[in-house]
Amino acid sequence: MNGLLQQDLNQETFILNLGPQHPATHGVLRVKLEMDGEYIVKAEPVLGYIHRMHEKMGENRTWVKFLPNCGRMDYLSALSYNHGYVAAVERAAGIEVPERAEYLRVITVELNRISSHLLWFGAFVLDLGGFTPLLYAFDDREQILDLLESVTGSRLTYCYFRFGGVYNDIDDSFITGTRELIKRLRKRMPMYDALVTKNIILIKRLKDIGPISKDMARRYGATGPVARGSGINFDVRKDEPYSVYPEFDFDVPVYEEGDSMARYMVRMDEIEQSMRIIEQALDKLPEGEIKPKKAVKLVKPEKGDYYYAVEAARGSFGVRLVSDGTNTAYRLKLRSPTYSNLSLFDEASRGMLLPDALALMGSLDLVIPEIDR
Amino acid sequence: MPEPFRVILFVIFAMAFAGLNAAYLVWCERKGAAHVQRRIGPKEVGPYGLLQPIADGIKLMTKQLFLPKGADPILFMVAPLMVMVPAIMSFCVIPFSETFVAAEINLGLLMIFAFASVNVLGLLLGAWGSANKYAVIAAARTVSQNVAYEIPMLITVITMVMVTNTMNLNEIVRSQAGWFFHWHIFRLDISLLMPVSFLIFFVCSLAETNRAPFDMAEAESELIAGVYTEYPGMGFGVFFMGEYANIVIGAALAVILFLGGWQSPIPFSPEGFLGVFWGLFWFLIKLYALIFIVIWIRWTYPRTQFYQLLNLSWKVLIPISLFNLILTALQIKIFPWL
Repeated sequence: MNGLLQQDLNQETFILNLGPQHPATHGVLRVKLEMDGEYIVKAEPVLGYIHRMHEKMGENRTWVKFLPNCGRMDYLSALSYNHGYVAAVERAAGIEVPERAEYLRVITVELNRISSHLLWFGAFVLDLGGFTPLLYAFDDREQILDLLESVTGSRLTYCYFRFGGVYNDIDDSFITGTRELIKRLRKRMPMYDALVTKNIILIKRLKDIGPISKDMARRYGATGPVARGSGINFDVRKDEPYSVYPEFDFDVPVYEEGDSMARYMVRMDEIEQSMRIIEQALDKLPEGEIKPKKAVKLVKPEKGDYYYAVEAARGSFGVRLVSDGTNTAYRLKLRSPTYSNLSLFDEASRGMLLPDALALMGSLDLVIPEIDR
Repeated sequence: MPEPFRVILFVIFAMAFAGLNAAYLVWCERKGAAHVQRRIGPKEVGPYGLLQPIADGIKLMTKQLFLPKGADPILFMVAPLMVMVPAIMSFCVIPFSETFVAAEINLGLLMIFAFASVNVLGLLLGAWGSANKYAVIAAARTVSQNVAYEIPMLITVITMVMVTNTMNLNEIVRSQAGWFFHWHIFRLDISLLMPVSFLIFFVCSLAETNRAPFDMAEAESELIAGVYTEYPGMGFGVFFMGEYANIVIGAALAVILFLGGWQSPIPFSPEGFLGVFWGLFWFLIKLYALIFIVIWIRWTYPRTQFYQLLNLSWKVLIPISLFNLILTALQIKIFPWL
């Protein structure tokens, strides 16, 4: 007998299992959708398919040994996670960072942010059924990865920052390469604009689709482009300045509409702002050391409770350290942005059609290993 | 040649043409997509990857025919054929050249549309038979999409039948003889909205064949593979071939109705046997140019949302095509000497 007929014929709704293996979830996210026809009644994200206990690992290895884990949470903006953890430990242990190292951190993190947004751009349009922009975006991203590889030694899961500085200094070829990259990207962005952003089909698929109100974004603790697309002017780089960000002149793109298009525009504008930051950082780049003269050998923060937040590509990434004065953390809590951003999916997607809900999900820019940690 | 042999020979030709076209359109599609996306595309199997479709075919044929749990075995197996067979049947009435046609019947146009309607039934039954929720969602979309787009398409075809006074495809082509501005698409004197008719027909044939940006039947980023989700091996292969055969039929109809079919753009045709090839040459050139545009569109635009698709048909295409029908009728009746 037919499998569909075996179900209770009186039921009004049915359950659709979106994932854990589904092209639109970009990883092993599973969303249990209660559907009425093609309308979503309830969406329940089921997490944990790629849980690796990063927080627990942080509690039973030394401060230094946890460093490589940071690059494996959000693999698309790994350097921001490096930054968050390293800076939190520096704050706890009172380690000074030379200025040049801070500049290098900003430059590499912003490059990483651009590459993350480019990949999101491609994957998002892929979610909407447009295949080609993905490969164009990867073409640009490749150049960034080459640059980052030349200085950090890896292409995806970076472990570049050290307590008190960075591991490797940049050279002239990196500087000229980065300037050329920015020149190239400035030429490419109008092309993306003409090819994708102004495409009538894309506009119709994104405008007024998946609205997230200011209130909803606040209630769920959404940060990053999701919050800024809903009119919340919050960027950790501006509001809780860290590193050398106060020295740069850049804008925080904020859109009031709260729909998928607003989130799209925020990210596209952020690419330009990141390029501005990199340009200024390259101009102002001070000479000097990139790590403390006396190497930091033993990290033992004072007893206490510390918090440090950075603006990752997907929002505010916070590290809360509880130290009991030994060489391992007593408690390490990682606040990852997409976890909060995903949690509003249920409320935001109610009553939406499946393809619209997938456009909404894509516009949240989910990275599953970062949700599960 | 006696009639039955000629028809059998032509049916074999039609099947070979449909099969080869499907295989090599996939190759063209992959190469075309690669060039749009600044890649190389298939290149390992044979020169320029030309043997890739054959390798793919062998791969699909050697795969296990797997029946998903809860599936209806008969519908599941029959559905791909219901997409493929009508498409091959339609080739029998398409005039590839003036004399190069299996059956020049007076209701050729009607026959093609009768067979084209079976396509959607195949998709619906395949989805229902495979007992998969994603497939059923896709099937529901496909059916309402096809119903919506068949209306403006048929209205446009009725307009053309009014203009040409015949449903015989070869007669329609003959009525466009002469210079290229005698092709229907340029005949503003018959109907002011002729280019619009062509556009409507082309958009509708994209939607009817489930091609991007209207590929609701597959919608790979939403519904995994839509109707084809549960199909393994050659079941999927036959669906795929049917899809490409339908694209060829759609483009061929557009060429016949609007672009002068096998007529060359200049009023010249060699006599006898060469003339057959001369017609064939122009027909295929136009056919593949249209198919190239279809491929180009697919790799440029994102997919439309389903209700926008229906809105486009019900609120834009149907009113325009109805208006076009009335306008053409008036123009024929009021200025009959044109």
